[in-house]
Amino acid sequence: MSVSSPPPLDFLGLRDLLSPEERMVADAVRRLVDERVIPVIGQHFERGTSLLEVVPEMAGMGLFGMHLQGYGCAGMSSTAYGLVCQELERGDSGVRSFCSVQGSLVMFPIRAFGSEEQKLRWLPKMAAGEVIGCFGLTEPDFGSNPAGMLTTARKDGGSYVINGRKRWITNGTIADVALVWAKLDGKIRGFLVEKGAPGFTSYEIEHKMSLRASITAELIFEDCRVPEDSMLPDVEGLRGPLGSLNEARFGILWGALGAAAACYEAALDYATNRVQFSRPIAGYQLTQEKLVQMLTEISKGQLLAYRLAQLKEAGRCTPAQISMGKMNNVRQALEVARTARSILGANGITLDYPVIRHLLNLETVYTYEGTNEIHLLTLGREITGISAFE
Amino acid sequence: MARHLLTRPVEWLFVNIAVCAKCVPISAVTIEIDPTTKRVKREGVSHELDPAAASAVEEALRLVEAHGGEVTVVTMGMPNAVDEIRKALAMGAERGVLISDPALAGSDTLGTAKALAAAIKKGQYDMVICATESTDTYSGLVPGQLAELLGVAALTFAKKVKVEGSKAVVRRQTDFGYQVVEAELPVLITVSSGINEPRYPSLKGIMGAKRKEIATYSAADVGLSPDQVGESGAREKVLTVGKPPTRAQGTVVTDEGDGGVKIADFLASLKVL
Ligand SMILES: Cc1cc2nc3c(=O)[nH]c(=O)nc-3n(C[C@H](O)[C@H](O)[C@H](O)COP(=O)(O)OP(=O)(O)OC[C@H]3O[C@@H](n4cnc5c(N)ncnc54)[C@H](O)[C@@H]3O)c2cc1C
Repeated sequence: MSVSSPPPLDFLGLRDLLSPEERMVADAVRRLVDERVIPVIGQHFERGTSLLEVVPEMAGMGLFGMHLQGYGCAGMSSTAYGLVCQELERGDSGVRSFCSVQGSLVMFPIRAFGSEEQKLRWLPKMAAGEVIGCFGLTEPDFGSNPAGMLTTARKDGGSYVINGRKRWITNGTIADVALVWAKLDGKIRGFLVEKGAPGFTSYEIEHKMSLRASITAELIFEDCRVPEDSMLPDVEGLRGPLGSLNEARFGILWGALGAAAACYEAALDYATNRVQFSRPIAGYQLTQEKLVQMLTEISKGQLLAYRLAQLKEAGRCTPAQISMGKMNNVRQALEVARTARSILGANGITLDYPVIRHLLNLETVYTYEGTNEIHLLTLGREITGISAFE
Repeated sequence: MARHLLTRPVEWLFVNIAVCAKCVPISAVTIEIDPTTKRVKREGVSHELDPAAASAVEEALRLVEAHGGEVTVVTMGMPNAVDEIRKALAMGAERGVLISDPALAGSDTLGTAKALAAAIKKGQYDMVICATESTDTYSGLVPGQLAELLGVAALTFAKKVKVEGSKAVVRRQTDFGYQVVEAELPVLITVSSGINEPRYPSLKGIMGAKRKEIATYSAADVGLSPDQVGESGAREKVLTVGKPPTRAQGTVVTDEGDGGVKIADFLASLKVL
């Protein structure tokens, strides 16, 4: 084994803007990904199994909820969190998704909207990776429009009774606790439902061709009874789930750059070694244009990500700005992956190279956490003042 | 180096360990030799904690986790080596010592060993752990010289290290198998590559490392005069530097049903069989 990884893709020297601690965090996660993710991820993807063996390592390093304060969380900067997402997704979008769901979609809302008892009960164990969480918002019939959700909760004595279905839920079958969003008297509320709660079942969604190294599930609630103190007390309405998604999207707009960088590096390496006609294909102008375009888009995306991190640290980042980051960086990452795929020719479609895996994964990243179109419409509404959603 | 254990009950297995850790050019860069000085070019090259030294730090951390005690990282290098020492502190080492002085530039292995020994003597350690050799210059000479200067036994090529009572017990890798050797503390140990997998620093460790102390010494601070170290004190001279000979063309054995026999004949001709 080695302690060193090749340096990160950083054409604009943005590393100079990082604190020594942020650099160290990025390097440590980079090494983790090089040693523990990249050697085995192709097999996991092929078999459709989640890379659970790295969860204890990620927890041991303190990556889960790393950007939260207190309750066993490391309290790192937004930039550090972004860098970690970028490094994890250089390995695989599934690994980054695990971290996003755990830290941003479950731990963050508990930290922001939970009671003191809920924070003390769940956060330290989730930070330590002893408890895995999942986030249930999407339903079979309500994806982009979660406000229409059909899942309900009703008060019955000292408990709540939940009915409904949640679909496409990352880690749904392995989670120890599901944060389920349901309507109580017509208003959206968050409920922490433990694995094994009566009336709660889940099954894995099969035949996915994307994010194969991550579990995706359907959750079914049939008169599922949970204690009164399962509800997050301090949030009501879409603000709860959307606030959490905003945190996760910030990580995604960094993460996508990691996947793109992996594709670019694979393509550059391939193009300099693959000889066709008289020289390496990197020597042909068409290939150079592809490579330059890829590098330029990644570098622009990095600038966007760094700026959003600065704004976030200053407490001034708006959801619309995050939408721009998620929309642009994921779209460009997908474009980079497709271009890289073309440079690799036939080899580009095999799992011997990381490119097709990233390309397929990015199709999910393009859709989840707000589709590309939804973020575009959010920005459209922001600049025109006219909603084009309905 | 103080003989800690003599002043304590033997069953109190508390080990204070100094780990000698070098900063080397990052593995992604090809090491270049300056043709005039015949030394590794270090200016303008990114450096990192030697991966081999990281294994030494890891081994030291495991020992203090089992027995109590503290790990100190000792480095001779350029001022920016502080950043790399912090990586060892983030892994869990308690403090760092950096010996940095323009007068030390050009030190030969003995000069390096003198500087390390002088810094180590300022502390109180039961054990010094080094990598077998650094991954930039691979001389492997410093640990032996250091043990001599400190007046302690050297247990080398360790694949396993234990502290039992007042002794260090080492499983030592040899060309033909292994030996188990032991020596009274204090002792110097060199660890083989692959002895362990260095841990990933935790985020808390990284944040905590910011507050840990790194003492910086000049040559004079550790009592060394310019004629003992650096270019002027060097007794070893590199005369020429060359590229390794290019490997001869390999032999291709074509299998026409008799591949096995041909390979056996080939190996026999090399006197391997
Ligand atoms: C692998 C994977 C993991 C996931 N993990 C989770 C999870 O952990 N938790 C969770 O809650 N959800 C999760 N999701 C669900 C994800 O968030 C949804 O798929 C996403 O919100 C889109 O919803 P939908 O699939 O129902 O698409 P739809 O909303 O039906 O959209 C279909 C298409 O129509 C477009 N569209 C919709 N409305 C408009 C409009 N007004 N104007 C223009 N275009 C429109 C969309 O942009 C899209 O192109 C996951 C999805 C996947 C694939």
